[in-house]
Amino acid sequence: MTLLLNMTRISKQFPGVRALDEVALEVERGEIHGLLGENGAGKSTLLKILSGAHRPDSGTITLDGQTLHFDTPQQAQSAGVVTIYQEFNLVPQLTIAENVFIGREPGNAMFFNWRRLATETRALTDRLGISIDPLTMVRDLSVAEQQMVEIARAISMRSRLIIMDEPTSALSETEVERLFGIMRDLREQGLSIIFVSHRLEEVMRICNRITVLRDGRNAGTAAISDITIPDIIRMMVGRTLADMYQGEHQRGDGEMALRVRNLNRRGNAQDPHAILLKNVSFDLYKGEILGIAGLVGAGRTEIARAIFGADAFSSADIEIDGKPVRISSPRDAIRQGIGLIPEDRKQQALFLSLTVRQNFSIASLGRFLRLGAFVDERNESTQLESYRQSLNIRMTSPEQRVGNLSGGNQQKVVIARWLAMNPKILIVDEPTRGIDVSAKAEVHALLHQMAGSGIAVIMISSELSEILGMSDRIITISEGRLTGEIARKDASEERLMAMMSPTSAPLHRAAQTN
Amino acid sequence: METPLQTEIEPRRKVNAANVISQFAPLIFLVVLMFVFWQAEPRFMNPLNLFNVMRQVSITGLIAIGMTFVILTGGIDLSVGSMLALAGMAAAVVAKGGAANTLSLNAGAQVGFGTEAAILAALLVGIACGFLQGITIIRLGVPAFVVTLGGLTVFRGLTLILSSGGPISGFDESYRWWGQGLIALPFLQGESRVPVGIPIPVIIFLGFAILAHVILRYTRYGRHIYAIGGNREAARLSGLNVDRLTLSVYVIVGFFAGLGGFVLSSRLNSSEAVAGVGYELTVIASVVIGGTSLFGGEGRVLGTVIGAILIGVLTNGLVLLNVSSYIQQIVIGVIIVLAVAFDRFVKSRRSV
Repeated sequence: MTLLLNMTRISKQFPGVRALDEVALEVERGEIHGLLGENGAGKSTLLKILSGAHRPDSGTITLDGQTLHFDTPQQAQSAGVVTIYQEFNLVPQLTIAENVFIGREPGNAMFFNWRRLATETRALTDRLGISIDPLTMVRDLSVAEQQMVEIARAISMRSRLIIMDEPTSALSETEVERLFGIMRDLREQGLSIIFVSHRLEEVMRICNRITVLRDGRNAGTAAISDITIPDIIRMMVGRTLADMYQGEHQRGDGEMALRVRNLNRRGNAQDPHAILLKNVSFDLYKGEILGIAGLVGAGRTEIARAIFGADAFSSADIEIDGKPVRISSPRDAIRQGIGLIPEDRKQQALFLSLTVRQNFSIASLGRFLRLGAFVDERNESTQLESYRQSLNIRMTSPEQRVGNLSGGNQQKVVIARWLAMNPKILIVDEPTRGIDVSAKAEVHALLHQMAGSGIAVIMISSELSEILGMSDRIITISEGRLTGEIARKDASEERLMAMMSPTSAPLHRAAQTN
Repeated sequence: METPLQTEIEPRRKVNAANVISQFAPLIFLVVLMFVFWQAEPRFMNPLNLFNVMRQVSITGLIAIGMTFVILTGGIDLSVGSMLALAGMAAAVVAKGGAANTLSLNAGAQVGFGTEAAILAALLVGIACGFLQGITIIRLGVPAFVVTLGGLTVFRGLTLILSSGGPISGFDESYRWWGQGLIALPFLQGESRVPVGIPIPVIIFLGFAILAHVILRYTRYGRHIYAIGGNREAARLSGLNVDRLTLSVYVIVGFFAGLGGFVLSSRLNSSEAVAGVGYELTVIASVVIGGTSLFGGEGRVLGTVIGAILIGVLTNGLVLLNVSSYIQQIVIGVIIVLAVAFDRFVKSRRSV
């Protein structure tokens, strides 16, 4: 193996923060190298320096023995370093081919050579082993397919080093498998990949070596064969987390909190790709965590949105505490004591321009009123302070903008928002997406606490380990139908995968009469 | 950039200069501008002149208060100038006692329905226009830009029909008081023979500005307005009645356009079919100069007040300096862009 990338003694100072302190990163040719660390450890800054978006204050970068100075992302790209960000840089209204060759279209100054554009794109997608018409619009592609377009673009730039920032966070298990297959192929062909992920199981499966950052410094580099997940966690957090899924709580024979029957979701003209649901029925008990597992696109999120009244094309017969209720808007749901922590924090939960305090109280302002209309800000701050302590939210003041908090702390603010309204039922959709390991453990502990206090919790997650570690009971769905129900003690990753996969037609659900 | 891990709450951080400046950016800009005009032309600081500026500003300023609500939700209303004209015309017709009497000068006192009825008519017309547009926006899902662009021509056309094309002029004193009256300030009298005092339109403008500030800053309704402008979907999922709130801001801007229409008619002692043409630009500029984001969720009414005054001061100062009206337009346009650029620059330096 020969060294491809060598970053040594990289330091970077931001106003008030030492983001990187003499950090080193070495990547060999034909290697998949994991870059790990909690949010705020300095991964993003290091990658931004490597991709030319930031300049280091000191330190050297060599690629293939040549010293590099990137001032712009374009220079990094022409040197063969391409970054694929979590939020893709694709133009939805253009075709795959145009996106792949954007800025480098074949043809003369005025006209594209469409035919060459299409054939060259086809050659690339063939190399990746995917078959999509290069003239398909990007907006019609799934997330996984859009990622393939990004990878095709990276290869087309003759890159030597591809940086993938959380590439699996929006993919289903099968799509992750396919991505890993492609990554292995690229490695065979001599490319190097820097892989950033919070999912340590995936890191263990795909990487050759890892580098861990903590608080802007190197916390260690190791070959994957010499290391275990607990070792990695210890390097990341600087201490041991006794067990990622401890605190197993015992569900008593709680009363039924929610009864869902005949949950359906129709197609509609506005959204031809809408995910449909067919006659989904299940029960939820007080004090339990019910896990909903399924592949991406199976309808997990749609079930949550239907119960919460967030979706105009859904219908269901719902009983809460044994009484039939009509929920046709989130307002209705909240009045019935249901809270929803949605999957996309930034788009669906947070008001980034508002303060932590304003974000905290928005769903329960009625409890903070004086004279019927005026918000009692002192009371808001007092209540927020008690949640800050019990949820361990790290913030500088209630008046801090929520956009300036880390992902884990933002999620805790959203949790505090719903706890403040005193919910009977809490639906959490991907509660730990994009947050770091120790915040994740804290969120898990909070979910256990909530269930322990009698709240009925529905948890949706695409991480099977999370579903298995957290749920008292698990239901699986596939292609909009309920395909099974299983108690935690009987569940395993293999069984869940079988229940979730579209081919498993027979119902695993135990016979149920009511 | 990622936020560094913090283990403890920090002690309250030192006051950040950029934060303070960003709060007061429009005000600083206004003070500098006034100082420059004062140095160039001492007459500018004459109380009579300053009250005159404020009187001119108060009409667009009133509408800009309403527009702040709309823009805070991420919306826009282009029809305010036409709503103002229609409301002013409605007030005139009512004051004259019906369309048949509109040509008789000073008929108001004898056959009209009175000033109170005229004010009510103007406000109701404004509210009705706003409601109509708001309903169209939320029920038919047509973007506010398009709906109010349509409203801009529709309401102008209605004004022309109502007035048969010409102005309606000559009202009684109680009608004119709302636009021309003063609260006299004897200590400012000096040797001037013209009475000096605070014009009634200025009192109306500042009164409503304070009311709007209190509503937006301290009430649940205000918080909801910021929330739907900040993130519509998150607001809906937090249980806010987004449709009804959206409707409400178009009603509010309609109310202010109606009020502005009456005050303008009163000040000019005449309702013109062409009143308020182009006001939407001045009004939107006032809001934006005042630091309110066109994307919604960020901004303050007090900023809007400063923005409106800034445009008035600029126009007045340039007139006093005998700058040709052609050049005035160029200068005003450039200053608007500079003011907003300054605001954005300062905000980008802000830390919390």
